[in-house]
Amino acid sequence: MGVTGSTTAGRHEVRAGRLEGPVGTLRPGRTASRPAVEVAHLRKTYGTLVAVDDVSFSVAVGEIFGILGPNGAGKTTAIECAIGLRIPDAGTIRLLGLDPQADRAEIHEIVGVQLQAGALPAKLRVGEILDMYRSFYREPADAGELIEVLGLAGKRDDYYRSLSGGQRQRLSVALALIGRPKIAVLDEMTTGLDPAARRDTWELIEGVRDRGVTIVLVTHFMEEAERLCDRVALIDNGRVVALDTPARLAAQARGGKSVRFLPSAPFDDRLLSELPEVTRVERLGQHVVVTGTGELVNAVILTLAAAGVTARDVQLDSSNLEDAFVKLTGRHSDKKGAMA
Amino acid sequence: MSSLSLPLPRTARGTAFGQIVLNETRLARRLPLAVIGSIGLPVVLMIIFGELPSFHQPVPGRDGLILFNTYVPIIMALGLAMLALWGLPGPLVSYRELGILRRLSTTPVPPSWLLAAQVVIQLCVALAGLIIVAVTSVAAFGAPVPKSPGGLVLSCLLSIAGLFALGLLIAALAPTAGSVNVIGRLTLFPLLFFAGLWLPRALMPGVLQDISNYTPLGAAVEAIQDSMQTGFPPAAPLLVLAAYALVFAFMARRFFRWE
Repeated sequence: MGVTGSTTAGRHEVRAGRLEGPVGTLRPGRTASRPAVEVAHLRKTYGTLVAVDDVSFSVAVGEIFGILGPNGAGKTTAIECAIGLRIPDAGTIRLLGLDPQADRAEIHEIVGVQLQAGALPAKLRVGEILDMYRSFYREPADAGELIEVLGLAGKRDDYYRSLSGGQRQRLSVALALIGRPKIAVLDEMTTGLDPAARRDTWELIEGVRDRGVTIVLVTHFMEEAERLCDRVALIDNGRVVALDTPARLAAQARGGKSVRFLPSAPFDDRLLSELPEVTRVERLGQHVVVTGTGELVNAVILTLAAAGVTARDVQLDSSNLEDAFVKLTGRHSDKKGAMA
Repeated sequence: MSSLSLPLPRTARGTAFGQIVLNETRLARRLPLAVIGSIGLPVVLMIIFGELPSFHQPVPGRDGLILFNTYVPIIMALGLAMLALWGLPGPLVSYRELGILRRLSTTPVPPSWLLAAQVVIQLCVALAGLIIVAVTSVAAFGAPVPKSPGGLVLSCLLSIAGLFALGLLIAALAPTAGSVNVIGRLTLFPLLFFAGLWLPRALMPGVLQDISNYTPLGAAVEAIQDSMQTGFPPAAPLLVLAAYALVFAFMARRFFRWE
């Protein structure tokens, strides 16, 4: 479909998709397969500080895309440029084909944002806040339904100041979703939530995605990225150092997997190290750790059994996103760092 | 295409602004500091001064000067000063500090609407304070009916403009809600001194009176007092107030940060 110059064509096309709500000024003639978010060679400096050096990524419609990275890596600056809060020094950004600077008004209508560390007036009630933000949008979501899903239904008449940290965070997520955005940008949305509330929020986000909303998630919780994200970009020193599915990033991080067990009887290490699947055999006290690839566990256990040795207390240790993070950035994720 | 690029249809824009004003009104009611400072305090002062017999006697050797009548404009100006120093900048700076202005910049509604809503609400508070004091001083405490009602209205509006511009400038420059407080305390006493709260302008030595003429609150008191006691006020205090309004508003616009 070429540029037709017809407004109705543009509207029709978007309505035909799984997006909800009208899209008054979306330009006609964009194909449905265009990405939700396109960032190319984004650069942003503050004086001599290079916050974002060169960041490119693209997010497909309906995807949950994670942005990971250590503190100060440039994640938040990149996001702020993407939603039009900051003007980049270089690079191009398109959200559903729109330029965040030139098409500011339309961008704010279709992109819902939850920024880090944003509070609200202490003496406003939850319902009053929601009603006000609802009035900003052309076709807002049902506030009652939204706070129901977010577990705030009983809090409608409570003052903001009486909410717990987790409830405030969920209200913030609610405000990001209240305009029925086509793209939701959530910066550290589960920080400060207890594990149960975090899991509830993950389910909510998956539910929102199932309605066709594209989600860009800035997080430092590896578990969150592994559980939720279709793909993640790992940003370090203002650059994308890796971009793939969480599983593939994890697999790349280590040369393979390892199995750890307690042997029932002594055996010679060479019994295992000569197997084609095995790359290394180590002894940790009474335990044995075998590293390798392929059908490692089967090979190890069958070989031991044939030699009359039983492997007890078997633990399979596969690498995860945290390993990828450490390997690619040389640092632990914020979560681990904070606990150390 | 240009009409379509409006973020909201005209009616919805009206609703959104109405919702902001509604919530800001709720906040002003629930945290009534501005109302207490700019309506409550002036009314209490007026009642105290109004009940003091000595305030109703002519000051000896001062050509029939009656202290109470002199204090009515000072009390009105005091209410405006409280709004300029706390009522207006307080909420705006705390909204910036809390990230509320920043959050609004990500919605179809620009954060300037919140500023506009604040100005609307504080304007209502200012007018209510001025009207209550002006009317009760005449009705309950025997102050004379203003000689030039038109001059009084003009003087009050220009005083509001000058002091609100000062309030917006403080909102632009103060980095935190705490610093609004510090700026307020440092500014309030000189402003009130030159307004004549401790020594009415008529009793000030010449130099102090000259300085007073060029302070926002001194000019406000001069304009309001002349409208009440003499007739249409002279151009000087009105021009001083207008100049403050323009200069402070320009500087506020120049320095205001939304985050």
